[in-house]
Amino acid sequence: MNTVQDYPSRLSDPASRKMETFSYLPEMSSAQIRAQVQWIVDNGWNPAIEHTEPENASGYYWYMWKLPMFGETDVDAILAELDECHEANPSHHVRLIGYDNFTQSQGANMVVYRGEMV
Amino acid sequence: MNIQTPTKKYDAGVKEYRSTYWEPEYSIKDTDLLAVFKVIPQDGVPREEAAAAVAAESSTGTWTTVWTDLLTDLDHYKGRAYRIEDVPGQDDAFYAFIAYPADLFEEGSVVNVFTSIVGNVFGFKAVRSLRLEDVRFPIWFVKTCFGPPHGIQVERDKMDKYGRPLLGCTIKPKLGLSAKNYGRAVYEVLRGGLDFSKDDENVNSQPFMRWRDRFLFCQEAIDKAQAETGERKGHYMNVTAGTVEEMFQRAEFAKEIGTPIIMSDYLTIGWAAHNSLSKWCRDNGLLLHVHRAMHAVIDRNPNHGINFRVLTKLLRLLGGDHLHSGTVVGKLEGDRAATLGWINLMRDKFIKEDRDMGIFFDQDWGSMPGVFPVASGGIHVWHMPALVSIFGNDSVLQFGGGTLGHPWGNAAGAAANRVALEACVQARNEGRELEKEGKDILMKAAGHSPELKAAMETWKEIKFEFDTVDKLDVQHR
Repeated sequence: MNTVQDYPSRLSDPASRKMETFSYLPEMSSAQIRAQVQWIVDNGWNPAIEHTEPENASGYYWYMWKLPMFGETDVDAILAELDECHEANPSHHVRLIGYDNFTQSQGANMVVYRGEMV
Repeated sequence: MNIQTPTKKYDAGVKEYRSTYWEPEYSIKDTDLLAVFKVIPQDGVPREEAAAAVAAESSTGTWTTVWTDLLTDLDHYKGRAYRIEDVPGQDDAFYAFIAYPADLFEEGSVVNVFTSIVGNVFGFKAVRSLRLEDVRFPIWFVKTCFGPPHGIQVERDKMDKYGRPLLGCTIKPKLGLSAKNYGRAVYEVLRGGLDFSKDDENVNSQPFMRWRDRFLFCQEAIDKAQAETGERKGHYMNVTAGTVEEMFQRAEFAKEIGTPIIMSDYLTIGWAAHNSLSKWCRDNGLLLHVHRAMHAVIDRNPNHGINFRVLTKLLRLLGGDHLHSGTVVGKLEGDRAATLGWINLMRDKFIKEDRDMGIFFDQDWGSMPGVFPVASGGIHVWHMPALVSIFGNDSVLQFGGGTLGHPWGNAAGAAANRVALEACVQARNEGRELEKEGKDILMKAAGHSPELKAAMETWKEIKFEFDTVDKLDVQHR
């Protein structure tokens, strides 16, 4: 029989902040991240990396890391670029985007490295 | 000077329709508006005559010849029945294909098109029953219509949500909550992880909850849930009202308090009112969720009325950013292939004729934005793998009872759905087959989400396996 549980989300608790797609799942392993990168490549989307200080995460525009990797299909190269962005900005959220230039939208958008929530 | 000799003489009386309106040799034009009706003629009426009668009565004809016919060029204006086909599995019925010339219709007026083509003909004596199955809107007409106020791509950008279906929930009970208690239910589902909550269609401005109070309480719920989760949220504030003036008063107030999305019921408020509201939404930057109350009155009977795929096209032309589509898997009517057909008609730029999906014509939407299909009604977490598989990313999945009925309450119910959704999207992206491995995917996700685990224990036994009434016409003998 279920015992009712409280839902522990609080304005005062930074851990309650979410970051859209996949932020309700546990952090992914490197193999799981690789699979999501492969999905972007398989769909023909252009990978791109963005990052931000956690306190500025709510705006539409994060900092663009270099330029979108147009035409990049090497999963290892994309993963290496994510690492490089993370190492240069260790306290930032870092997200990976798959730009779909046919729909003019983003086919994928997921935070890969989570900074400390504020 | 080119002098023409009049070739027709006035000859009063009743003539057979087919002498004027049945043209099997006619080659259709790109500018024609095409329609296909399922016709069951009265006994003894030949198919060609019944088809011609439908063409006549839905365009220029009347029951008898009138002298003023000769003052115009009827060949230029008349609709023509140009093809007849058997209906698979139904001997008494046939499909009549009719081409209507461009000049019959006012530019940009969906109201005018349907007043013409379904206006009088459904009560017509020569046919026992009639159903409008599909319409091909020529590109000139599409380009003169307004279309969705924002469309899928702009909504994703405004709400900042990518790579997954959106999640919603209709607040229940539908009627009888006070505005403050209602706002509580909204706050709980939004903080739990849903993107949207929704007014039910019949929540307008009743004595137990006036619209202004509801809007204000719900807006506080949205604002707090956004601050708490860091994600963008909305509540479809229903502006459906008894008069157009009231409707716009509510819409203006929704805009004033900064809410991102409002809703209407396009069949009950009327198409002209809806078209005006849609234009207002684009001008004022509010998204428009569209409910379809009354649709089953029109589309459920397989031999009478208008197929929902036509009502879908009509809404895309009138404008809306979301439209309810049926779920395939839930408690309400729906046939999978037919539902997929009208989902494509909502979202895609160009849809090819595909009889297996009930689509009779190619449809080119030009640059008109797409509409999010909304799956709502009788669905819960166990349906999530099938829903993600059927609907794909560009959809809104709405769990009403499936969120609010969670044993720990709305927030836990919302979190359960969000976790299930993300687990399914992750698994799909990894190349797993959701409809085969759905159970395994959900069980694994429940390992880190007590909310999902409780939801799966609550609903696991529920199944919905009624036969659908309106199936595609296929050989079923």
